[in-house]
Amino acid sequence: VRVKIASLLAASALLAGVALLFAARGAHGGEFALAGACPPSFEANAAGRCELRNLYEFYDSLQGAGLGGTKTHLPDHRDGFTPQQIDLGRYLFFDPLLSGDRSVSCASCHHPDRGFSDARARSVGIDGADVGRAAPTLWNVGFLKSFFWDARAKTLEEQAQGPLFSPHEMGATPEKLHADLNANATYRELFADAFPDAGPQIALDEVYTAIAAFQSSLISLNSRYDRYAQGFHAALTEREIAGLNVFRSFVARCSECHTPPLFTNQQIAVLGTPEPPGRALDVGAEKTFNAPKLKGGFKVPTLRNIALTAPYNHSGAFSTLRETAAFYTGGRGHAVPPGVQMQIHWHIWDPKLADDELDLLVDFMKTLTDESLKPAIPARVPSGLAPVGRLDPTRSAVADTAQSNDKGASS
Amino acid sequence: MKKAVAAGVLIAATALVAGCSKEETPAAPPASGAAGASYEGGFKVEAQQAAQVAEATKSGNIKAVAGPAGTAVVTVKDGESIQAAVTAAQPGTTIRIMPGTYHETVYIDKDNIRLIGVIEGGKRPLLDGEKKLNDAVLYSGNNVVIENLEFRNYKGNGIMGQAGNNFEIRNNVIVDTGVYGIFPQLGTNGVVEHNVVSGIADAAIYIGMSDNFHVAHNDVFDSVAGIEIENSRHAIVENNYVHNNTGGLLAFITPGLPIKTTYDVIFRNNFVVGNNHPNFGAPGSTVAGIPPGTGILVMAADDVIIEGNIISDNKNIGILVTDHANAPNVTIDPESEPNSDRVAILNNMMLNNGYETIPELKALMLTEFKQGNPDIARVGPSPGSCILDRDRYVTVGVKDFAECSFSNTADKLTYLLPPVPPREIDLADRGKVAYMGICAGCHIYTGRMIGPPVQVIQALYMDNPQGIADYIAAPTKKRDDYPEMPPQDYLDPETRLEVAKYMLSRKN
Repeated sequence: VRVKIASLLAASALLAGVALLFAARGAHGGEFALAGACPPSFEANAAGRCELRNLYEFYDSLQGAGLGGTKTHLPDHRDGFTPQQIDLGRYLFFDPLLSGDRSVSCASCHHPDRGFSDARARSVGIDGADVGRAAPTLWNVGFLKSFFWDARAKTLEEQAQGPLFSPHEMGATPEKLHADLNANATYRELFADAFPDAGPQIALDEVYTAIAAFQSSLISLNSRYDRYAQGFHAALTEREIAGLNVFRSFVARCSECHTPPLFTNQQIAVLGTPEPPGRALDVGAEKTFNAPKLKGGFKVPTLRNIALTAPYNHSGAFSTLRETAAFYTGGRGHAVPPGVQMQIHWHIWDPKLADDELDLLVDFMKTLTDESLKPAIPARVPSGLAPVGRLDPTRSAVADTAQSNDKGASS
Repeated sequence: MKKAVAAGVLIAATALVAGCSKEETPAAPPASGAAGASYEGGFKVEAQQAAQVAEATKSGNIKAVAGPAGTAVVTVKDGESIQAAVTAAQPGTTIRIMPGTYHETVYIDKDNIRLIGVIEGGKRPLLDGEKKLNDAVLYSGNNVVIENLEFRNYKGNGIMGQAGNNFEIRNNVIVDTGVYGIFPQLGTNGVVEHNVVSGIADAAIYIGMSDNFHVAHNDVFDSVAGIEIENSRHAIVENNYVHNNTGGLLAFITPGLPIKTTYDVIFRNNFVVGNNHPNFGAPGSTVAGIPPGTGILVMAADDVIIEGNIISDNKNIGILVTDHANAPNVTIDPESEPNSDRVAILNNMMLNNGYETIPELKALMLTEFKQGNPDIARVGPSPGSCILDRDRYVTVGVKDFAECSFSNTADKLTYLLPPVPPREIDLADRGKVAYMGICAGCHIYTGRMIGPPVQVIQALYMDNPQGIADYIAAPTKKRDDYPEMPPQDYLDPETRLEVAKYMLSRKN
């Protein structure tokens, strides 16, 4: 008994100590000290770089592709960044300093509380313009091999430059971004910490690296589905399992492209989905590959955390998961505009799914939600601007107030 | 096949080839049969593997890759649920299914399960989907065996594997189960043998995105495609009876799939007979473009060896080698190599093929001044390919094929691997990784996250990892200033204990 009491006392003392440490952090550690430890789900290797650790690593996969079934390895992950790079990326991600008019940050369209998307049919840039496509979720983006709906970028670093320097998205220019960051003493210190071997000036490549590092840490692999896949079958209800069986059946064929464990096979698929009323046809990957056979083709999106990112499709034509699922039973090519030739994907057919099967599919997709490793929004960012920036010009100012849910990046 | 436009391109391309190559006569008499050199490429058969296969084949042609059966046996009787037995079964269970009629979809998301039908007086257990149910059997577990069952009237597939390895599917009767009869996908090391499959709207047996398998002694008929090997490697397809399908044997690369290659496929000693069934493939499916009467079709697949088959009465063509550019219904994929490289057509018995060949092939024959009904045609580039004794057949497009340097694949008994032992996961590793992926989301060593610091937990539990393991399975609220912990009961007890040990061992 005495030992137990002693250890309890010790524990209480520790807890008190922790509270003290917390209070003191701002004064002593520097307000923007970068994390020295890898984020959850990452382990530092001998070189101090963060490597992903996950239960799926115990399985194999055909050709190392990370596809199929339940107990299957994941695709290769883009890890190997340092804790400092990842944490610096977090500050950059939420800092409106990165936009041309300092009004929006990456998080304006990829907000952690909106499934790293923005709850809009199509995103809105600095000038209030419709940017034409929906913001894809960033959950598990470190596993992807191509980026944007039309697969036009091959790396996260390349991708980051798209919205940053698009005049209708974040509206920055390389010159201005370079100047703004180098003019900020805090960023100069933080970059020196994250890139100790670099020169005195902040380089734009370091910005892209840090943003990529942060995005690669966005891991969602502990959903109720994952618990089922790992062998705990009670994690899903009977209806959800029935939904899984519709999902992977060769009638609905969802899993042929939304292939577990990532719930995307990362290919281009031409589905012939409609555009919202009044919008012209988006040719998608036809442009990227200069290939008419890919007209209307888009990259298969992951379905992880899909319940959090309505509305759906590349331009938000579907407002609910139910509506999206129903598209697939509407008949091959039913929404292709008259006179347009499309090489519709061979898995799009006429499966005649029953109403209840569509409900079951929705029930199953909702089991893919896991935000347990959601990173904290920094309470403050080095520019001194309000973190996140404007979420959406059409929303009220109250709704736009960035919510600080910093859960303590004290490590 | 493509219509007029494509045919025009074909003819132009072939005319070019024809214009600059002259008639070649093999310099030496062709090697024939087993007397010639044996194929040295392909999957390397290890000595240990060869011994195991020899052992496994002692009693007939049965090939075993799923390892020994476990000792647990349960019996399902008519009127009971097969799925209920699977759900209750521990890995290693054999589920005997008595004759009767079962209306269900059976899914197997665990390892080492055997569904074995009991056949009494010729009666096997029937799984009948009544055209209401999607698939009959879905499995993702390893070492799954499905034997002696009958499947009818499903809408999707008879048997579909999704990333299950070491599977054995044999002695099943499969009739009109929808899109595919037997469809293992994304698996390694499997046997499909002695099945009778018919009335399938796509491929009766479809090996998709898989490695190392053996498809033998099956009777496949009245389907759009007989046996299809797609985006897969190390396949032996032998001794099958493939008749009255639209197309008999197919080796494809389908572009747009995440696994990009097909190579190292042996089609040998099959009967490929009268595959003249009208094409009833779904609009837009790849096989919907196959002309009825196509015996063997190679599209973009590499290192396909065609040997010792009886290929007869296929009205369009006996063997057609083609590429993506000349195939209808396929998309483009910059990552898929579109040509059929290094196809080897060894000695085959070919008889009465091509008697109603498609206009495109007729036109192609005109460019080579060929007469008669074609047995073999090549359309589109096929570099490095070879053929033995070509003058025996009516051919078109194979003038630039070399004479093969080997005449048989006798050294390639099988591409199967020895039964792979069950997944052994070091428990300590499992504990550590579970800690990183799950616990670390709420607990850090010092400092406050969602849950209390690891240091505090260490002080409380010290030498009592079991106490942590028990607590996390069914946590109760302990601290007013922290939210209640969600239960971690989805981790098995051993993993929970290892997580606890790992947590207590952390130093930072």
